[in-house]
Amino acid sequence: MSAIADRGYSADEMMAVAASRRLGDGTVCFVGIGLPSLAANLARRTHAPGCVLVYESGTIGAKPTELPLSIGDGELAETADAVVSVPEMFAYWLQGGRIDVGFLGAAQIDRHGSLNSTVVGPYDAPTVRLPGGGGAPEIALGVRDVFVMLRHSRRAFVSALDFTTTLGDKVRVVITDLGVLEPVEGELTLVALHAGSTVEDARSATGWELRVADELRETEPPRPDELSALRALRTKGTR
Amino acid sequence: MAVVPLSEAVRELVGDGDVVALEGFTHLIPHAAGHELVRQGRRGLTLVRMTPDVVYDQLIGMGCARRLVFSWGGNPGVGSLHRLRDAVEHGWPAPLELEEHSHAGMAAAYAAGAAHLPFGVLRGYRGGDLPVRTRVATITCPFTGEELAAVPAQRPDVGIVHAQQADRRGNVQLWGIIGVQKETVLASARSIVTVEEIVDELEPRPGAVVLPAWVVDAVCPAPGGAHPSYAHGYYGRDNGFYVAWDAISRDREIFRAWMQRHVLDTADVAEYHASLAAEAAPV
Repeated sequence: MSAIADRGYSADEMMAVAASRRLGDGTVCFVGIGLPSLAANLARRTHAPGCVLVYESGTIGAKPTELPLSIGDGELAETADAVVSVPEMFAYWLQGGRIDVGFLGAAQIDRHGSLNSTVVGPYDAPTVRLPGGGGAPEIALGVRDVFVMLRHSRRAFVSALDFTTTLGDKVRVVITDLGVLEPVEGELTLVALHAGSTVEDARSATGWELRVADELRETEPPRPDELSALRALRTKGTR
Repeated sequence: MAVVPLSEAVRELVGDGDVVALEGFTHLIPHAAGHELVRQGRRGLTLVRMTPDVVYDQLIGMGCARRLVFSWGGNPGVGSLHRLRDAVEHGWPAPLELEEHSHAGMAAAYAAGAAHLPFGVLRGYRGGDLPVRTRVATITCPFTGEELAAVPAQRPDVGIVHAQQADRRGNVQLWGIIGVQKETVLASARSIVTVEEIVDELEPRPGAVVLPAWVVDAVCPAPGGAHPSYAHGYYGRDNGFYVAWDAISRDREIFRAWMQRHVLDTADVAEYHASLAAEAAPV
């Protein structure tokens, strides 16, 4: 985290800010825990107060004052517009086509945006047994746009997935700690770099020959108001 | 239905080799019942749960399970379930068969089970590698011709959930994040509900799930029985415990010693809490 000293913010903070800027006021957003939750909560506290946060535990329109550690923390239910059962969440709200943006993470991603969160190695004899798909397979089918947040490395950005947990058809953007990728003619292409990263950094952290857009943008660094809102969101206490 | 001690309910209603679902989506996770399964040494269970987290890590690590039906197995917000991983990756303490679904598929399967239908239907399981690794089929809508996924109904032998309250006749009320608990109880051949407290009269609450006494086989008082998860209106989630579980569960011997001290050497949920408090107290 030497980056904090160098630039005044961490790589995770850059990722959260970049993702939050893509959420509009009124966007209905299916969020998981971790960076997506951070990004969506940041959007709600800055430029998009009307951003609707939906957690798969059944809380619709949650407005937590602190970042939850789990998708089912009590504060999500207390601050939600509605709390529904899990079967209702997946059938009526997600499958019903009422969610604009779904955030996904994964252990591996390929050039088409397909994701693996199931196993590393063969399915029947995995080197690493990962948690599995959870809500992701139907999030990837049911939302309008999928946003992926994933730290850039050769271990994660692979030429072939060990297991395809979700399809990349609806992936509109992949936000990494180095920059931003978007699909161009079906292949993820580097379209923006965060301050301090280079094309070479991104290429060497990608397990396939990474395409780079002709007009490469630079991400605006986190502004002071974004950073202070971000840091005010703290994960609830540990003993 | 009868209000009975948890040990008696587990003895009479859960057998070795049964298909058992302990549900509660982050909230109201029936840990006290999981501990009782461990104390009574149940073996060969097929454990069903959307989100096997710490409670199933404990059951799997103690050798209670033969098979796991699930959709997401991790320590929420923390990382891996080390006992689950050890069983799958190294067969310790015993190999664990997996039947893996998505959340939407599990939810549809429970809803179908509650309705006593043979399968649930959803727009899901399209593409990817999951469909070839699990029990799912494609069916064609007889009205529109759309191709949809069919998942076999979930019909556990025993469904176990935790709730805030029951009245003296055994009617149950739970509220907050209600997860898939109603479906679990209605889908199961037998059911056990542990509760924070028994009250004279259930006070109706907005958005609550009420399970009438006649759909529940046993109601068991277990105050604090959801710990380290939480019971809305009673106590909060012990996030520190979930973080601490990572180190406890990472090592086989540390895990076993922890289970010995806090589960096997305690008689019930009250003694479990006392042993945790004794450990935390300055000497």
